[in-house]
Amino acid sequence: MAARVETAALPADEALVKRLRERDEEAFELVLDAWSPGMLRVARGFVTTRASAEEVVQEAWLAVVEGVDRFEYRSSLKTWVFQILVNLARRRGSQERRSIPWSSLPGAEDRGPTVDPALFQGPGEPFPGHWREFPAPWPGSATGPRPAKRRPEPAVAPVQQPEDHALSAELQDRLAVALEKLPPRQRVVITLRDLEGYESHEVSRILEISAGNQRVLLHRARAFVRGELAKYFGGGR
Amino acid sequence: MTGPAGVTADDHLACNEFVELVTAFLERALDPETERRVVEHLALCEGCQRYLEQCRQTIARLGELPADTLPAPARAALLEAFRSGR
Repeated sequence: MAARVETAALPADEALVKRLRERDEEAFELVLDAWSPGMLRVARGFVTTRASAEEVVQEAWLAVVEGVDRFEYRSSLKTWVFQILVNLARRRGSQERRSIPWSSLPGAEDRGPTVDPALFQGPGEPFPGHWREFPAPWPGSATGPRPAKRRPEPAVAPVQQPEDHALSAELQDRLAVALEKLPPRQRVVITLRDLEGYESHEVSRILEISAGNQRVLLHRARAFVRGELAKYFGGGR
Repeated sequence: MTGPAGVTADDHLACNEFVELVTAFLERALDPETERRVVEHLALCEGCQRYLEQCRQTIARLGELPADTLPAPARAALLEAFRSGR
């Protein structure tokens, strides 16, 4: 997935780091404004309140200011900043008794089917394991049914086309609620991958989890959010 | 009832197996044999084509979510800290 626009607009790491080390305030404002929103989202996955997330983000920036002279280009600057953030947020999270046992992956919530088994045919049916009914189409879907070939689909609520518009406030709320319902580890991974646009190897590095565990968490999180959108768009299928 | 046409091969994936492989498929993390079975299934199954497309749409929409911003006082405090140095 493409990185976020604000990230693309930043100067290259070497120029940024040089300017930060020279205490160039404009450079600091650039990264502060570009990365704080994502840092807040990620911090929220670890701590219990928004205020707490804001404090962790501030703490992380202070650590960045303090530590930028020791940055060694072992990762991108942004990944390094998020590593600092995650370490601080984790510590704060355990203080708040919401510790996330990353080392014991996968947890109970990371097992089992991600799609309701009732949507598939059972052993006594003609095609066990296959859809009873196909997932209902969503508005704006590129792979919607050809009306001539299939029975008419029920009318779908007149929701905007995703290609044409920003997300509606209602859809934003749906997505936000779906993310809130996720187990914390899944939420942090999907936030980094799909909201922040990090690549898989970067997320593994930031969270210090294996590529496989990262994928399990991402898969479950995406399937859950897709299911929530299916309830919204397609009546649950 | 929407059974897929022409499903006879022993190693053909069922839809409930396909849906668990979607992320690994999108990440290109499948071994070649499983990748082949996934593609074969996709070629035959309109329901899973749609499921995959909806996963892609989900990812795209998550990427469009606006983020919170740091409150102005916090931002100002950080700028002040940066300005005053270590």
